[in-house]
Amino acid sequence: MSRFIKVAAAASAAVLALAACGGGGDDSSSTGSSGGGATVTDAQVEAALQKGGTLTVWAWEPTLKDVVTKFQQKYPTVKVDLVNAGTGDKQYTALQNAIAAGKGVPDVGQIEYYALPQFAIGKALTDLNSYGAEALKADFNPGPWNSVNSGGGVYGLPMDSGPMALFYNKEVFDKHKIEVPKTWTEYLEAARKLHKADPKAYITNDTGDAGLTTSLIWQAGGKPYQVDGTNVTINFNDAGSQEFVKVWQTLISEKLLAPISSWSDQWFQGMGNGSIATVATGAWMPANFVTSAPAGKGKWRAAELPQWTAGANASAENGGSALSIMEKGANKELAYGFLKYANDGDGVQVRVDGGAFPATSKTLADPKWLGDEFEYFGGQKANEIFAKSAQNVVTGWSYLPFQVYSNSVFNDTVGKAYVSNTTLADGLKAWQDQSAKYGNEQGFTVK
Amino acid sequence: MAVPLAAAPPATRRARRSYRGWQFVGPFMIVFALVFLAPIVYAIYLSLYRNRLIGGNAFVGLDNYTQALQDPQFWSGVGRVGLFLVVQVPIMLFLALLVALALDSGRLYGKSFFRVSIFLPYAVPAVVAALMWGFIYGSQFGLIGNLNDALGITLPDPLKPSLILASIGNITTWTFVGYNMLIFYSALQVVPKSLYESAAIDGAGQVRIIRSIKLPAIRGALVIATIFSIIGSFQLFNEPAILRNLAPNAITTYFTPNFYAYSLTFSGQQINYSAAIAVVMAVITMIVAYVVQLRGTKDL
Repeated sequence: MSRFIKVAAAASAAVLALAACGGGGDDSSSTGSSGGGATVTDAQVEAALQKGGTLTVWAWEPTLKDVVTKFQQKYPTVKVDLVNAGTGDKQYTALQNAIAAGKGVPDVGQIEYYALPQFAIGKALTDLNSYGAEALKADFNPGPWNSVNSGGGVYGLPMDSGPMALFYNKEVFDKHKIEVPKTWTEYLEAARKLHKADPKAYITNDTGDAGLTTSLIWQAGGKPYQVDGTNVTINFNDAGSQEFVKVWQTLISEKLLAPISSWSDQWFQGMGNGSIATVATGAWMPANFVTSAPAGKGKWRAAELPQWTAGANASAENGGSALSIMEKGANKELAYGFLKYANDGDGVQVRVDGGAFPATSKTLADPKWLGDEFEYFGGQKANEIFAKSAQNVVTGWSYLPFQVYSNSVFNDTVGKAYVSNTTLADGLKAWQDQSAKYGNEQGFTVK
Repeated sequence: MAVPLAAAPPATRRARRSYRGWQFVGPFMIVFALVFLAPIVYAIYLSLYRNRLIGGNAFVGLDNYTQALQDPQFWSGVGRVGLFLVVQVPIMLFLALLVALALDSGRLYGKSFFRVSIFLPYAVPAVVAALMWGFIYGSQFGLIGNLNDALGITLPDPLKPSLILASIGNITTWTFVGYNMLIFYSALQVVPKSLYESAAIDGAGQVRIIRSIKLPAIRGALVIATIFSIIGSFQLFNEPAILRNLAPNAITTYFTPNFYAYSLTFSGQQINYSAAIAVVMAVITMIVAYVVQLRGTKDL
């Protein structure tokens, strides 16, 4: 029992995390609620930067460290305290605890796009419209910019993005004379051919990944989530979701997917030794290849994501995150100065040089960046493929305002399709029901 | 709680009430209230509210409890640890008893070596143990996978949904046999040697000595070990939490009541409901443990 109590007590702070700081219901207001209506001008931000002070930034993005160093050189009176409070979920938990406790809240936090609406609707984040963020719209790619917009407010500046690409092991493909698939149907064929030729080799790994599933449905044109304020619709019966189900169900049924979870040691081993032949994921992946699957160096290449309709060029985002200013942060003007520097100003180049994938349109059009040759990909100019993918991201996608929860029960529901006779379609239906139940319990109107 | 009761009587005999007793037990009571009672009270307090993303915090009375009692996910978790309890605990305690009796028999060569090596798994941190076993269980790159490759066979995957509970039981048995063995062994140590001598004179064999002297003598220890194991089973958390990284589809977020409470808190921010689950589970554990204690010590 004591462990229960400990959990309950430790988490007690998290309790009122989101709604405690808001409570009200008018989330759809487009004017934003921060700053008491007073708009903060660039001059005021600049003044704050010159005046200096201390900023606490919670982020796990590795290249931010260099950005902070450069930032402090430029603004010597500002001291940035960069804290790695965990990756993803772990940081969100810590963040929610701090928000509920009302102290220890950082000024700036890194938040993934899929989690952003949840924090925005809980009024944990500052609407940057009152800082004139709307004017920066043209600086960013439409995909990431769309992701930081929620209910009419701008709740962060995009830091990186993950336009999807298909990474494949060319050596394996060549060995078995398999063509790089242009469509998902061809991908399925390639999966069969490869596994038949070498029973130890799989086209890819998958043990049920909410991020991948939603991204592929996104690419297929599916829009299972419709969010209008607190009115939410979840429907995995639309055409895009069905396209995905058709191909993926076959991959599962014919046991063509390696039962290895992404980000495990086995995953990287598999990429190095050729037993996992492709990975469809965001353009931020290359740095991970280099550090975690060094054995694959020179063997891998990037290609455009296979298409659901032959001849199309649709893409989707997978991952990516923004820097947001906490509503309860102390020094918001200074924080905004940092955000602009890191995500829109000089900091962008620092991060790109460090291997991050940018969200700014200027970088994506930069010939020098486009011409970068990736040693890991045998000298391939992979950024050209990524940049193209970034421009072809299907518009109109939105995540649930409680996606963090929803993703956490993905394996309870859809995961069953990977280990039992449950079909993928039934799994998605169960996921839909479970998410809807939670949404309704949380005060949304979910249909 | 026994302390203040024991200290109180002298004070009540006087006409003038004296608080001297409280001065002695006060420091203890403060710490007790702070670290034992306050968290429980706080958990109960939390469980009476419901905080929502939209609409904020509100008092809901016993709604969370009504919901918990009707929650199929919660009950499936309770059922799972119940099954675990009924199967794993007897196996583990039987093995521990066997080892303790073997060590106590004095006929074992290298007794202290066995004692230490059987106890050793308990000294391995639970998280490390789960990670280690997870690696052994891996049918792709783990020991099972290596065996399959080397011998050209296909062993059943210990991480598949139908076997995962047994696999977890194997880990906890491995960990706790040594711990329980130590409890039994130390209880056996205090049995007066003269009893064995008289038994031998009466012509009793080893089996008879075990049945008529050793087992009755350590009955208290058996009951205690059983109660500890029951509580441990209901608290099952580390192993599923760690193995979930390897078998995300076999271990659900409501695999055990403890893990369910954890998931509710940290993935869904449903702290209030989680607190209600915790309280219900505490009550269930107390009832089961109490029943076992009553039965176990009936004619002691």
